[in-house]
Amino acid sequence: MKKRRKIFSPVYMTLLLIAMYLPIVMVVIYSFNAGRTIGAWQGFTTMWYDRLLQNALMGDALKNSLVLAAWSVALAGVIGTLGAIGMAKSHFRGKGALETLSTLPMMIPEIILGMAYLVIFSAVGIPLGMPTLVVTHMTFCVPYVYINVSSRLVGMDPSVEEAARDLGAGPWRVLLDITLPLVAPAVASGMLLALAMSLDDVIISFFVTGATTTTLPLKVYTGLRNGGTPEINALCTLLLGAVFVLVSLAQLWQARQRRRQARDREQANRNQPDRA
Amino acid sequence: MSGGKGAKMAGGRGTRLFIVPMAMVAVLFVAIPLCYVLVISFMTRGDNSTVQAIFTAENYRRLLDPNYARVFLNSMLLALWTTLLALLLGYPFGYCMARANRRWRALLMLLVIVPFWTNALVRLYGWKILLQANGPVNTVLRALGLIDQPLRMLGSYGSVLLAMVYCLIPFMILPCHSAVDKMDWSCVEAARDLGAKPWYAFLTVTLPLTLPGISAGCVLVFVPSLGLFFVSDLMGGSLMLVGNLIRDQLLKSRDWPFGAALSMLLMAVTVLIFGLYRRSGGKDLGVF
Amino acid sequence: MEEVILSLKGIEKSFGEGDVLACIDLDVRKGEFVTLLGSSGCGKTTTLRIIAGLETPDAGRVVLNGQDVTDLSPERRNVNTVFQNYALFPHMNVEKNVAYGLRVRGVSKAETRERVAQMLRLVQMENFAKRMPSQLSGGQRQRIAIARALCCNPALLLLDEPLGALDLQLRRQMQVELKRLQEKLGITFIYITHDQEEALGMSDRIAVMRDGRFEQIGTPQDIFERPATRYVAQFIGQSTLLDAQVESAADGVATLSCPDGQMRVSLARGALRPGEEATVCVRNERMRASASPVEGFTLAGTVNLNRYAAGALMTHVTLPSGLDVAAVAAGGLEDAPAVGSRAYLYWDPAQASVVGGASHVRG
Repeated sequence: MKKRRKIFSPVYMTLLLIAMYLPIVMVVIYSFNAGRTIGAWQGFTTMWYDRLLQNALMGDALKNSLVLAAWSVALAGVIGTLGAIGMAKSHFRGKGALETLSTLPMMIPEIILGMAYLVIFSAVGIPLGMPTLVVTHMTFCVPYVYINVSSRLVGMDPSVEEAARDLGAGPWRVLLDITLPLVAPAVASGMLLALAMSLDDVIISFFVTGATTTTLPLKVYTGLRNGGTPEINALCTLLLGAVFVLVSLAQLWQARQRRRQARDREQANRNQPDRA
Repeated sequence: MSGGKGAKMAGGRGTRLFIVPMAMVAVLFVAIPLCYVLVISFMTRGDNSTVQAIFTAENYRRLLDPNYARVFLNSMLLALWTTLLALLLGYPFGYCMARANRRWRALLMLLVIVPFWTNALVRLYGWKILLQANGPVNTVLRALGLIDQPLRMLGSYGSVLLAMVYCLIPFMILPCHSAVDKMDWSCVEAARDLGAKPWYAFLTVTLPLTLPGISAGCVLVFVPSLGLFFVSDLMGGSLMLVGNLIRDQLLKSRDWPFGAALSMLLMAVTVLIFGLYRRSGGKDLGVF
Repeated sequence: MEEVILSLKGIEKSFGEGDVLACIDLDVRKGEFVTLLGSSGCGKTTTLRIIAGLETPDAGRVVLNGQDVTDLSPERRNVNTVFQNYALFPHMNVEKNVAYGLRVRGVSKAETRERVAQMLRLVQMENFAKRMPSQLSGGQRQRIAIARALCCNPALLLLDEPLGALDLQLRRQMQVELKRLQEKLGITFIYITHDQEEALGMSDRIAVMRDGRFEQIGTPQDIFERPATRYVAQFIGQSTLLDAQVESAADGVATLSCPDGQMRVSLARGALRPGEEATVCVRNERMRASASPVEGFTLAGTVNLNRYAAGALMTHVTLPSGLDVAAVAAGGLEDAPAVGSRAYLYWDPAQASVVGGASHVRG
């Protein structure tokens, strides 16, 4: 059995990974295809990238996406972090209900919220555009920050905060000196996840975007619905490259943290016998 | 030691105010819109995407119309198949990943996470290229002499299912991986020590112990798969799903009350699934 | 030494279901080492947290240096705590951890540096100033936690099972170090432990807690020699309790009898009057088992086990009532009563104690 698993597991994993990456590789390869449609291979060109860079509409979409993500993630970061800290420190009736309601956008299929926004914005008479996009993206970004920070707070030893109180720090001082620095990594990872969700979102944006504002994923969506063009291929390739670099950096950073922790532990163990 | 803890630690009573912004977001942008949808789902359609404040249960009666019921059934079936396939493909992967040695594991994690962070549209687009009539798959099959006419793969049920599984499989792999990773491996060793054959030990020890990860993965795949309307669209399928139906009610036939009723039905299914999940002792989803 | 630095007056506390603390009264004098001893869940940590200000009592007052601090928040009390799991700030290095209390008080940089260096020298950690807590072993973290708590020169240092997480050898070493430190600095310590050996070896006074009440407060010797209650007698050390009736009391010795036989206890251990019921407590190491009867004792039973225990042979004897008694074999290792043979239990009448014989519960 042991031997069989040794063969089975790498083969299986390789096959599944190929299936996962083949389509991505295809997008990259076909972005260099000279043909006008995404059909058969007709030779190598970088023409589509030039075109893409000159396309003002694409530039607008990119700018919109970035502005939208920056605002919604920043707002969600503040609201979610404060919310998580507030919830962790207080007890009141309806706390569970509020928590469920706040994290609901992450749980239910996006289309439900998307339609709800479209309907209510038009009922209240709010024009669709960047403001509605920011508000809705912020709403579905809050849970990612909230849940990350909450779980960090739950795992945190309460006596660390108590120790600061005990040493003379007032409640606000403890918040600034101890609680916030300790949850900072969770805030960062929550916001990173929220960033990915905002940059990736098609469904909610699809319903709440105005006639003049478009985001990159929406651009890709309409492009693909119309059969896809090599230009879209080029755009996708650039997006892929950006994601790959970002995720790799995040992973490298995490690996370094882990190595440092391991080194610390080792050092701590070494310290044991030679008591000062 | 217990009780009263934290209530007066960092931030004092003032921290209670920290909840206000989040509570406002939750009420203004989650509760009110959803309630509004619930309300208009009981109203009558007006001219050109308006809603008339006339109470009716007609929208819900229409859900029973065989045409719409079929769409709903199709969606549920597709979601079910997607979940099942993702589980069959994803669990072994998560398992092997957790059992791999440290260095490989970091690399594998990276390889699983990259698609997870990549725009779903981009990845679907790759399949579209692969499966198109004069695309690589057909070319290879033809070159091998297995077929002489290009296969029409795009638009088939299989291609939509494939795309769904492909989009959502990271949500299955990650919780399964972390469940296997967290499991105390000495339990399996104890089972082996007591004479269990590897497969028997897997079925009686590993599987029950990693069940929380499996159920979390299933929920995380099943629920979003109900709403991904663009997958069927992009794969060129004529398959009508609830998501497409809602979108069409909103933007094409402009029957908002009926769209709202459809949304509420979808919501009910979602709540039911989460309820079952919680009932069975499931933990918070979201971070795995 | 006689100046009372802390008094707890009628402290009560409950968390929802059931009382955690019921009417706690305690006076602690300046420079004293007082230990709260009890098994987990007896309320000792809650008592400590009330003194620190981390919990508010439902009733009663906390008076520190003559000032009522019951409603004062923890940062306003001149009391510092060494937490059970150290609670070092994981994002600050050793130096910053120790300096935190001074930083909060706005003490100047130069003064802080000097004071921190002094504290690190005190706990012999001066070479570790730049280390992060994660780079320290358990014993080292312990020292830093102590240095941090002492840095602001508290009137009272509270220690919540500070040695609980250390291995036995290190724990013994730290016990001695802590005791030396306390005598050197003259700071009042209130110390929590569930380890009776630790409590007996370090404290000036011990308060034995059970179910949110003090069972007995007294010097280690009091607690060991004159347990006030059955619980204390059983909790401290290993001993045998025998319920008996006093038959006669003369010449400074009382003779008692129980269904298993007769025994003697010195009258110095309790005012025993004929006809009274009394519970006699004999420490295992003071209980003897002999192959032949000893005058004044008729407690005979059957040997069921002989085991070697740190230099002596412990003989376990089953009495007719079914009670299993551990005793030291009187004759030494060679001629111990064999398993299955008959053995007679006896002790030095001056070394047995009468439970509750002298009421020593005092504040």
